[in-house]
Amino acid sequence: MAPDDTNVIDQPEVLKPRMVTIEISGKKYEVPEGITVIKALWYTGQEVVRGAGCLGGFCGACATYYRTKDDPKVRTCLACQTAVQDGMSFTIMPPFPARKAIYDIQTLKDPKQDLFNLYPEAPLCRNCNACTEACPQKIDVREGVWKAVFGDFKSVSEMFMDCVMCGMCTPVCIADIAPNLVALYVSRAQGAHFAEKPAGLQTRIKEIRDGRFNDEWKKILKMSEKELADHCATVK
Amino acid sequence: MDIHALQQIVHKTRDARRKQTIPKFSPADRDQLIHKYHPDFRASAYRPIRFGPNAGDKTVVELATLLEGDSPIQSDSDLTPHYTTDVLVVGGGGAGCAAALHAHGAGSKVILATKLRLGDSNSVMAQGGMQISVAPEDSPVTHFIDTLKGGHMQNDHALLKVMVEDGPAIAQWLIDLGVLFDRQADGNLHVKKGGGSSKPRLLTCSDYTGLEIMRVLKDEVINQKIQLLEFCAAVELLSDDEGRCAGAVFKDLDNHRTVVVAAKSVILATGGIGRLHIQGFPTSNHYGATGDGLCLAYRMGAKLAHIDTFQYHPSGAVYPEQLIGALVTEGIRSEGGHLVNAKGERFVNELDTRDVVSSSIIRECEEGRGIRTMSGRVGVWLDTPLLDAEHGPGTVEKHFPAMMLQFERFGIDISKDPVLIYPTLHYQNGGVKIDTNSETDVRNLFVAGEASGGLHGRNRLMGNSLLDLMVFGKRSGLMAASRAASMQQGTLTLKHLQRFRAEAGKHGNSSGVISPMVLPAYTRKVG
Ligand SMILES: Cc1cc2nc3c(=O)[nH]c(=O)nc-3n(C[C@H](O)[C@H](O)[C@H](O)COP(=O)(O)OP(=O)(O)OC[C@H]3O[C@@H](n4cnc5c(N)ncnc54)[C@H](O)[C@@H]3O)c2cc1C
Ligand code: SF4
Ligand code: SF4
Ligand code: FES
Repeated sequence: MAPDDTNVIDQPEVLKPRMVTIEISGKKYEVPEGITVIKALWYTGQEVVRGAGCLGGFCGACATYYRTKDDPKVRTCLACQTAVQDGMSFTIMPPFPARKAIYDIQTLKDPKQDLFNLYPEAPLCRNCNACTEACPQKIDVREGVWKAVFGDFKSVSEMFMDCVMCGMCTPVCIADIAPNLVALYVSRAQGAHFAEKPAGLQTRIKEIRDGRFNDEWKKILKMSEKELADHCATVK
Repeated sequence: MDIHALQQIVHKTRDARRKQTIPKFSPADRDQLIHKYHPDFRASAYRPIRFGPNAGDKTVVELATLLEGDSPIQSDSDLTPHYTTDVLVVGGGGAGCAAALHAHGAGSKVILATKLRLGDSNSVMAQGGMQISVAPEDSPVTHFIDTLKGGHMQNDHALLKVMVEDGPAIAQWLIDLGVLFDRQADGNLHVKKGGGSSKPRLLTCSDYTGLEIMRVLKDEVINQKIQLLEFCAAVELLSDDEGRCAGAVFKDLDNHRTVVVAAKSVILATGGIGRLHIQGFPTSNHYGATGDGLCLAYRMGAKLAHIDTFQYHPSGAVYPEQLIGALVTEGIRSEGGHLVNAKGERFVNELDTRDVVSSSIIRECEEGRGIRTMSGRVGVWLDTPLLDAEHGPGTVEKHFPAMMLQFERFGIDISKDPVLIYPTLHYQNGGVKIDTNSETDVRNLFVAGEASGGLHGRNRLMGNSLLDLMVFGKRSGLMAASRAASMQQGTLTLKHLQRFRAEAGKHGNSSGVISPMVLPAYTRKVG
């Protein structure tokens, strides 16, 4: 490419990375500063099969516990979305064996009441807030569990739209609740039972079934390549 | 200069740019631009495939090498099945889950095998939305036309007609399962306008459309008690005496054992190939996007379509280094975000099709109007703060929470500072050729989703992939189930592999490459 010196940021030290010391499950390694936790695993020669999925912060496969230098607090993060820092110590968390209730979403009779049958532990929340602190997506998980129990399904479904199902809220719960699974049930119930039916969609489905577009289709599918291209050009 | 100083030009030129309208390119200019700058036209990156159903067709070197690669399975392996099923679904993304649910719903015994965990896929990452013509001023025909234009008129008409017509019923299916699409005040589905579309048609779930759909589909797969084989990568298909597909061989990634599954019909839903890093591009794709399905189907004798064209999403993150290749959703441009070069100028209509926008970004950078980061990467600005300026403070945070969070983790507030972007390898436009039932040239072998080809022509329009997954996931599931119901399990053989090896031998194939790749080789060889 043509050089344009005004655009070039002269920071050669960035090209030659500073190395930092990290600890993976108790063993020390030197890795370039700023790479993600997952890349640090690769850098140290470790194969990652469990613990890597989308690599984009959406699937929750890379749930990780970590601690920074001299800080006793153990925190959580998504390994594909977090940069290593000097003195960081971490381990990837395997999926937690939480119990998922089995249900047929479409035939629920009273979804708000059914919550108590499917997840009887949900009302036992002791308000400790550990789940909220554990959530790498910054969801107010505790508030969500309370809202679910009080039947405010709409709020829960909005609050948990960011939930990547990493499961980090589950092992910390002193009441053995799996807040993400409760929220998933609640969101699905909200969508299937309480959200308004979109009238326009019904109309369109019926129009297609009744063949409202058949004439237009016939016209288009008969066209030569050239005619079709010309026709396409008229649609703006 | 430091990157924050370089950002100032975006703030300084914002007001002037807001008064500007940038016309779309004329068809001639657009062709010229694409031919000069789109990576699909870099001749040196391509070579003809030497043998197999697409012998002589050109594709990128990375893919050609894998297609000609050898199977890890011996031709005389023990094929005693570990599992037997009616329908075998390979891949646990959107297409795989939809296929499994429909096949199960039609009464088949289904096994869903997937390389990583159920759901770890490209599908969870879709942010922009799903195209379905639900607005009164829109129609399936208009959707068809828009898609044809986007695909350079090369789309398979039959596949495309089926997709746009099945769309609305698919939206209903998802809603019934509990997917929460964004709504208008009157309860109707909210639709956004996507790049290259003439009408607003994108259904969204905030900027978590794929995540929301996948959370629900995964949950449903578990609720229906569909049998799962996780951390199992398909490495070879099985054929019966008549050359029909009759199952698959997997590698269990936990213990490296071989697992044989006998099935009456097989659906490959293995997704795309971003992790091959074609032409050295970074990618937005998930860890397992290594094109495995293409290799498997090709060895079995299925023809591939449009495998010489790939989609480079215009906006992959270039900074910070940790987010390289990660997608910066097209939604930002849909809502009016400008693309800005180092001189503070706009250079393309931001709502043009992806190939046009990508080509123009590459042009800016190659002609020296890009911005270079500390690590030597080059990109152009996407003016994200403009959305707050245009639609009121808080707009970026409200409409793009996922993106806000992604950058916030690295101390960047995208509602205040623009982001640096460059095209990222995003989508495989082509794939295994299928018919409207999702069946390939090989009987009883179905392919759905990104691994299939023909529907999108030479360029996929944003939001059409999520619809593709659901429509052809459904069709493949139903067809595979009905096929399975009317037949006996065939004898398991590797005859197709013997044939393939014989042909490879004739072409002196001794590259030593084993395919499919299964996972990219990122692990550093220390020492
Ligand atoms: C970041 C991003 C954003 C996107 N945004 C949008 C959008 O807004 N709208 C839109 O319409 N499209 C979007 N797309 C495109 C769309 O998401 C994908 O094309 C689509 O999700 C592909 O779905 P799929 O089911 O075919 O494959 P995937 O969802 O990728 O699933 C493939 C599955 O197959 C498994 N697999 C792969 N190989 C094997 C093997 N050998 N054995 C067993 N299993 C295997 C994988 O592990 C995975 O589970 C986006 C894509 C990306 C990457
Ligand atoms: S709510 Fe729980 S599962 Fe969801 S993102 Fe937060 S910690 Fe993870
Ligand atoms: S961790 Fe459990 S008990 Fe504590 S607030 Fe969260 S849900 Fe309630
Ligand atoms: S790998 Fe999916 S969230 Fe990190």
